[in-house]
Amino acid sequence: MIVKRKKMTLAERLYLPTIIGGFSVSIRHFFRKKITLRYPEEKWTLPQGYRGIPHLVKDQNGRVKCVACQMCEFICPPKAIKVIPPGPDEHPERGEIEKEPAEFQIDMSRCIFCGYCQEICPEEAIFLMNRYSMTTHSRKEMILNKEKLLELGGIREDSVMKWENKHKPRIF
Amino acid sequence: MINKDQLQNKEEIPMIDIKIDGKAISIPKTRPHSVTGKQEPTTIIQACSIAGVDIPHFCYHPRLPVSGNCRMCLIEYGIPAIDRDRKPILNPDGTPVIRKMPRPAIACFFNDTATTEIYTNTEAVKQYRQAVLEFLLINHPLDCPICDQAGDCKLQEYVHQYGQETSRFVEDKVIKPKKRAISSKIILDNERCVLCTRCVRFTREIIGIPALGILNRGGLNQISNYPGSDFEHNYTLNAVDLCPVGALTSRDFRFRMRSWFLSETKSICPGCATGCNIIIHSRDKQIYRLKPRENDNVNSVWMCDYGRLNYKWVNAQNRLTHVFAENTDGTQVESDWLSTLKKIISVLEKTPPKTTAILVSSRLSTEEIYLISKLAKRLDAFTDSISHLGEGDSFLLNKDLTPNSKAIQIFKLASKTPGDRIAEISKNIDEGKIRNLLVFGEDPIKSGIAPGILGRLDLFVICDILVNPSSKEAQYLLPGASFAEKQGTFINAQGRVQRFGKAFSPIGDARPEYWILANILTKITQESWPLTPEGIFNKITATTPGFENMTWELLGTVGMDIVSTANTTE
Repeated sequence: MIVKRKKMTLAERLYLPTIIGGFSVSIRHFFRKKITLRYPEEKWTLPQGYRGIPHLVKDQNGRVKCVACQMCEFICPPKAIKVIPPGPDEHPERGEIEKEPAEFQIDMSRCIFCGYCQEICPEEAIFLMNRYSMTTHSRKEMILNKEKLLELGGIREDSVMKWENKHKPRIF
Repeated sequence: MINKDQLQNKEEIPMIDIKIDGKAISIPKTRPHSVTGKQEPTTIIQACSIAGVDIPHFCYHPRLPVSGNCRMCLIEYGIPAIDRDRKPILNPDGTPVIRKMPRPAIACFFNDTATTEIYTNTEAVKQYRQAVLEFLLINHPLDCPICDQAGDCKLQEYVHQYGQETSRFVEDKVIKPKKRAISSKIILDNERCVLCTRCVRFTREIIGIPALGILNRGGLNQISNYPGSDFEHNYTLNAVDLCPVGALTSRDFRFRMRSWFLSETKSICPGCATGCNIIIHSRDKQIYRLKPRENDNVNSVWMCDYGRLNYKWVNAQNRLTHVFAENTDGTQVESDWLSTLKKIISVLEKTPPKTTAILVSSRLSTEEIYLISKLAKRLDAFTDSISHLGEGDSFLLNKDLTPNSKAIQIFKLASKTPGDRIAEISKNIDEGKIRNLLVFGEDPIKSGIAPGILGRLDLFVICDILVNPSSKEAQYLLPGASFAEKQGTFINAQGRVQRFGKAFSPIGDARPEYWILANILTKITQESWPLTPEGIFNKITATTPGFENMTWELLGTVGMDIVSTANTTE
């Protein structure tokens, strides 16, 4: 098959009109409002409902809200969450609250930020918060443990306080 | 549930024809009573179970006396209509007119044989179920996130299936005691209880200790052990299985894993010679609990607490996970299967007859015991086993605490009193007549072989699951697989061959004993031996009297009895 080459006009052969056209675009943008950020010195204002790294939260009394029901572990599509339940040992200091995870790990190298863990949590204990940057020297450091997750999550007000509001039994 | 084959075999029981949800079915007029075994009129819930129609229920259990207190199984029914002269009203075609009764009946207790039609999915039945569930949920704490029963819970299932979407209850819930330890093995949560009294009936009727009862009245009703009486018994954990909700939970399993993560494997309890059928609940090479599995020929639906809690050794710290071989300087170093088996085979190939002794554990599977009997025959070896005796009881727990001593007898690896040849073996080792000692799953020093003489052996192999005091003496230490890590069969004290399944692959570098034995046998007999339990078992059936009618497939999940012949029975 023979491709027919179109002959260029004089203006095209000169290149100048095209160069001027190109520069005009650059100059137009030069005087416009800038939309790029000087990251990391400048930080982005995140929209409402942004799904960042999942964190565990405590309530206003400083109690770990997670009860190790393992629903998040079950729902997690990339299997990033691993919850180790507390086992049968008694913890009298926890009072009416019977269960708290012995260990809670999220492998951030697996997490896909889908938010299913937050959605399924029956205790409102896990939230995808505003932290999005995660830089580590090794893959091992990408696994966040319970201590780290609680530290990053901080305190979130709980309006129900389901476990604390348990009264003493009326009968024995 | 009710075994359909058993029903059909009993032909002397007259059948009656009824219709369940418009489907005609004929059911036996009477059924044996759950506890006494006496024939009693078939109840509607039994008829529906035969027809495969599911009726929700809490208090009814096929193995317990009927109590009829939960009202969950309400159904509607119709009987032939009669006129004022008590004559049946007939349709133009001669069939009786069926009229639906104006009130519901509880399916677990209602056994009116005049009933000809049962309706389980009418609008009214749906409303009854919804109303019963609404009442049950009034005081239910809804702490499913921390309840061990979640996932297995009948209340959860029925609310999901038949309940209403939202609660209309606005008052305060009744608060009852939670996490009460009613025995060393069980924790009771009174708030979760639906007061079905299954546990009360179980303790009274099945194990015969009236330890549990109901205290207080009305909304304050609660299950309790009688003050001053403890609930300690070897069968208490069955009450946890019976509990349809999370009121009774096992302390052993408490907060260890949610039930939906556990995979279930049909198996046989290795705790004693009864061979109770069990289900292994495991996840990631870890056993979390054992539960009984129904088999009317062996254990009904029960199992003892000793057997149920006898699984921790599978994941114990002192599990043998690698092959060890003795160095020239006498220390044990990690080795690999190929070179170790080669060295063992090279010694066994050359050894003259009557220079080998084999000590066999009756915890091995039938296939492995059979292969050992073949190995002993080839080497003309001395063999013996050890008996492990315990207390036993009159219900399920056998005196013999090993699962397969029957197979040791069938393949004649020990005398009627296992352990009586040990002294002779020990003496022969001392005199240098026995040059090789192979030990499968036993501790030779503890069994009675003098400890000082083991160094004189040319070959000393221990194949075991756990490290024991004799392990460090062995030239070759082979890691074996536990009952959860291999397939096989056990023969119980009654001579019933039952199959157990593999829940997960062996921990570390461990291998099933049948694999080790078949490899050794293939080399030293110049025959090919199957490397699967199925293949070995089918070889057993071809050559052993009493096993003629069996195949691996025919054993199924409930097993088969050995046909008694002079050779196999005592």
